[in-house]
Amino acid sequence: MNNGGARRMNGGGEEDDDEDYVNGDLDAWERTYTDERSWESLQEDESGLLRPIDNKALYHSQYRRRLRSLSSTATAARIQKGLIRYLYLVIDLSRAASETDFRPSRIVVIAKHVEAFIREFFDQNPLSQVGLLTIKDGVAQCLTDLGGSPESHIKALMNKLECSGDSSLQNALDLVDGYLNQIPSYGHREVLILYAALSTCDPGDIMETIQKCKKSKIRCSVIGLAAEMFICKHLCQETGGTYSVALDESHFKELILEHAPPPPAIAEFATANLIKMGFPQRAAEGSISICSCHKEAKVGAGYTCPRCKARVCELPTECRICGLTLVSSPHLARSYHHLFPIAPFDEVPPFSLNDPNHKLQRNCFGCQQSLLNPGNKPGLLVVCPKCKGYFCLDCDIYIHESLHNCPGCDSFRHSKADKE
Amino acid sequence: MASAPSKLYADDVSLVVVLVDTNPFFWSASSLSFSQFLSHVLAFLNAILTLNQLNQVVVIATGYNSCNYIFDSSSDLNQSFENGRMPVMCSSLLQKLEEFLIKDEQLSKEVPEGRIKSSLLSGSLSMALCYIQRVFRSGALHPHPRILCLQGSPDGPEQYVAIMNAIFSAQRSMVPIDSCYMGAQNSAFLQQASYITGGVHHKPQHLDGLFQYLMTIFATDLHSRSFLHLPKPVGVDFRASKFYYLLNFGGSFILGNFCFILDIAQLPCFIYKQ
Repeated sequence: MNNGGARRMNGGGEEDDDEDYVNGDLDAWERTYTDERSWESLQEDESGLLRPIDNKALYHSQYRRRLRSLSSTATAARIQKGLIRYLYLVIDLSRAASETDFRPSRIVVIAKHVEAFIREFFDQNPLSQVGLLTIKDGVAQCLTDLGGSPESHIKALMNKLECSGDSSLQNALDLVDGYLNQIPSYGHREVLILYAALSTCDPGDIMETIQKCKKSKIRCSVIGLAAEMFICKHLCQETGGTYSVALDESHFKELILEHAPPPPAIAEFATANLIKMGFPQRAAEGSISICSCHKEAKVGAGYTCPRCKARVCELPTECRICGLTLVSSPHLARSYHHLFPIAPFDEVPPFSLNDPNHKLQRNCFGCQQSLLNPGNKPGLLVVCPKCKGYFCLDCDIYIHESLHNCPGCDSFRHSKADKE
Repeated sequence: MASAPSKLYADDVSLVVVLVDTNPFFWSASSLSFSQFLSHVLAFLNAILTLNQLNQVVVIATGYNSCNYIFDSSSDLNQSFENGRMPVMCSSLLQKLEEFLIKDEQLSKEVPEGRIKSSLLSGSLSMALCYIQRVFRSGALHPHPRILCLQGSPDGPEQYVAIMNAIFSAQRSMVPIDSCYMGAQNSAFLQQASYITGGVHHKPQHLDGLFQYLMTIFATDLHSRSFLHLPKPVGVDFRASKFYYLLNFGGSFILGNFCFILDIAQLPCFIYKQ
């Protein structure tokens, strides 16, 4: 089966060249079918009806790989993570971004996934801020300032998607360095560059700029859409970021969403200091006051800064009058699962299931779905190392990616270990 | 917060996952007895199933030492010819509940005095959310899921992080969490849960009329709620009129004098987790 997934796992680079040459005279729509012969993966059962394709096991093994790579970086030593992040997203709007190898064009794919990324980013990091930069005609420009509202960034991006000119990595880095030097020291400074070009037109020595970024403790990561470039790799290595090149649209989506959870903090730069934050009270219904963000009188729903009593419309934000960071406790609570992650579940080896002494739960503990395949053969399942509850693969993915609680551990006050 | 938008599926068909608090410490001290409470709840469950043929009801018991599934109206065991799908005529619900209560009591251990006697709400919320995810996976047309917490026990501060995780996950999946609190004090956890997920929170004044509260406030499906005037959140207790200092210990946070949910006694557990 020669589909995109298999190619990615085997990393068959040489095959691609041959196929491209052979298929050079085919239309674009024909090329999709030569690479992904999806009809070959269909199977028939005994009565001739089509059997649904079992993507579950494949999906689950991809998820396990992702989990293993995440947990291998966070080894026995407790990893400190940057929870207050100031991230600049640099979008390459040079000529190369209008290439159509990503359908319909690279920039459309980038814009679509940047929108999803921004929403996911604020969901996982409610205390952080994002700013957008573009590189066009060799010049880097700031599209939006650092801010905490996803809608304003997305709206600004969707308006300006024309591509032209060259790309300049040094100009972008210089601009970012200038902006990020102004933020307080407890914040984690990050840049994510979505680079479509294969070259960079720089006015000076880019190595100096890279050293400057390194000294300013800015963590630069790059996602390339064309091919691997030495300068990007060097930049990421020097500053402690990650460099990856997207193979296709779904791979790009995976790569960009990997940057949403907080990265491990650079050890020598992480210091302990106190940050003052205010938890505003909700203003009483029917009270009238002038809000400090819109500069107009508003009735009712809003929050009052505890220090200067100014009214703000939404949280989290920074009070415009006294500069205090205002958050509500749920915003902080959203970040707890990064600090207290649950242990990955262990896969249950098939031979132990057939052991008659092994008392197997018939249903998944979380969703009560039957864990046995038709014919009373045990299906694939996982077990929590702490509470020894059995879970199906879908619950495993949901629990680790979205819920961050083990239902088994939370459903027993006295752990089973105590009893034994 | 805006209420949950209706998705494009079976219009007013609901799946209600009811989390029933069976904490004996609460029920022994409550003005409403547990058996009276059960009669209100069973009538309510029947009513939901009568409102629409395709409605589903799942009951999860939130105990003091454990949580477990008690009843699922869509499972084959309950579809026998004589009993129909009605829970009140289905003796299996009451039987399973009794088995659960016996087992829950057996799991008890010596508890130091002074600890808050809360039930394991985070466990049953997590189980409910896993079940709802399974319903989402079951195909294109599925009922609107929602969670109804019938809770009387006080909030347990040690469950704060787990309950907040469950609330955020419910918010992302657009599953409203309704809550009916029958205890003496207020439950800040349930108020927050309903506020954040777009559900309805209510604390009935007269517990002997519980069935009426349940029917008028919690029985309607999500689509019809936009036409009704339901209790709105009045001053949700997010608390803190003071400042709190966040110790940025190398990027991970210790809260000094944390918000109302965690008392000072919980502080050491945060610090030691480093």
